[in-house]
Amino acid sequence: MANVTTNIESERMTFWERIYLPEIARGLGLTLRQMFRPKFTRQYPEERWEPEGSYRGRPVLVQEEDGERCVACGLCSRVCPALAIEVRAAETDKEKERYPELFEINMLRCIYCGFCEEVCPEEAIVMSKDYELVFGSQDEGILGKEKLLIPVSQLQDRLEFLRQWR
Amino acid sequence: MDWIDFAIIVAKGGILVNAMLIAAAYMVLAERKIAAWIQNRIGPNRVGPWGLFQSFADVFKLYLKEDVVPAAADYRFHALAPVISIAVAITVYAVIPWSDAVEIGGRMISLTMAPDMNVALLVILAMTSVGVYGVALAGWSSNNKYSLMGGLRSSAQMISYELSMGLSIIGVVMIAGSLNLVDIIRGQSAGAWNVFYQPIAFIIFLVTALAETNRAPFDLPEAEPELVGGYHTEYSGMKFGLLYLAEYANMLASSAIMATLFLGGWDIIPFLDDATILGLEPGSLPLVLLQHGAFVGKSLLLVFVFIWIRWSLPRFRYDQLMNLGWKILLPLSLANIAVTGTVMLLLNR
Repeated sequence: MANVTTNIESERMTFWERIYLPEIARGLGLTLRQMFRPKFTRQYPEERWEPEGSYRGRPVLVQEEDGERCVACGLCSRVCPALAIEVRAAETDKEKERYPELFEINMLRCIYCGFCEEVCPEEAIVMSKDYELVFGSQDEGILGKEKLLIPVSQLQDRLEFLRQWR
Repeated sequence: MDWIDFAIIVAKGGILVNAMLIAAAYMVLAERKIAAWIQNRIGPNRVGPWGLFQSFADVFKLYLKEDVVPAAADYRFHALAPVISIAVAITVYAVIPWSDAVEIGGRMISLTMAPDMNVALLVILAMTSVGVYGVALAGWSSNNKYSLMGGLRSSAQMISYELSMGLSIIGVVMIAGSLNLVDIIRGQSAGAWNVFYQPIAFIIFLVTALAETNRAPFDLPEAEPELVGGYHTEYSGMKFGLLYLAEYANMLASSAIMATLFLGGWDIIPFLDDATILGLEPGSLPLVLLQHGAFVGKSLLLVFVFIWIRWSLPRFRYDQLMNLGWKILLPLSLANIAVTGTVMLLLNR
């Protein structure tokens, strides 16, 4: 048994470590220092967080001066993994010839993956910065065109981000 | 005893109970605030300025909550347990020497309910021991395995630490030669505080007081990860509120006792006589008020230490708790008595 080496915690520790008190004092000193460090809390309803352009919030439709960009191709609806988007197309006299008569996103299903935005050939559906999503009932969670259309001026950050990385 | 004496006692009781309730409410707030600061947060700040009315909102909420008693629980003991806890906590307040006596209208009046009680220290020790009944009964009567485990742990913990606590006090009693808390304070106010004579006893008392009040790192009776809520798992509404209140009341009582025994009680300046330094007459009202402030300040400082320790140290494991109690604190407190006795004999005091 002469060349057996042991590595037992109680043998590794020095006397001062074993009586705990100096280490406890060190720990208390650490927490006391932390008390005077700057705080990380954000006072939420008053101080809001402004996300970067890369943030994937609620998906919205881009609205130009003469209406939505969307041509109702239905690709977003097709690619949506959560089956959250419903598009019904109709004809229009404008140059683009088609527009969505009905465009609904079920926000209770949406997983904010951004596939709809990625697949869109017209850059007509983009992820917004809106992260405050509260619904009083399940029906309210289904957003129609009137809630989805956002003026293009408010979506510049996201559009720039998309151009930069696509 | 005429009716004025009686009125004074009733008034003192009212003041003490209400002061204790308000102090407990603000200690809960202090606990949350200090916890937040240690974790680089702000803490409650919505109810009133700096969140000062948070505790009152919490108590109001507890009153409005449904009082759920489990169907399998023994409802009589279930209701009795919080009452025992809070009653015992309040009883200790009767003997804590909050202030020196001052003569008003020919009567010696002090804030203590039972001033100059010759066995005050024994009353405190007895009452803190009875306090375990509240916790043990709460755990047992709930008819819940987690509650029962919490109650059992509390009983075992109290028995192990009560001994060391009592033995650590003996050194102080030997120096003062009295169990009367006022005499113990008088003995300290002229010379050095007991913490300088009995530093080991002070540390032992601090550790055992943490264990007696079920505070972290000895909060095994309510260890959340293992026992859900421990002994108060099955309590709701104001019954839970009472158990919670008793914990904080006990914390303040322990702090006040520590201040009395080791930090000179109401003595303002260590090593020197307050009255001559401040130029005030001994026993005059301004001096007594200042000393009362000093006592409360010392107690609150120790409450801060309790909270600070809670948010710094992890919980002990059960075997570690027992090892610490029986193998370290008990021999250490016995050795402390022996050393104190030997030194006193050699110095011929």
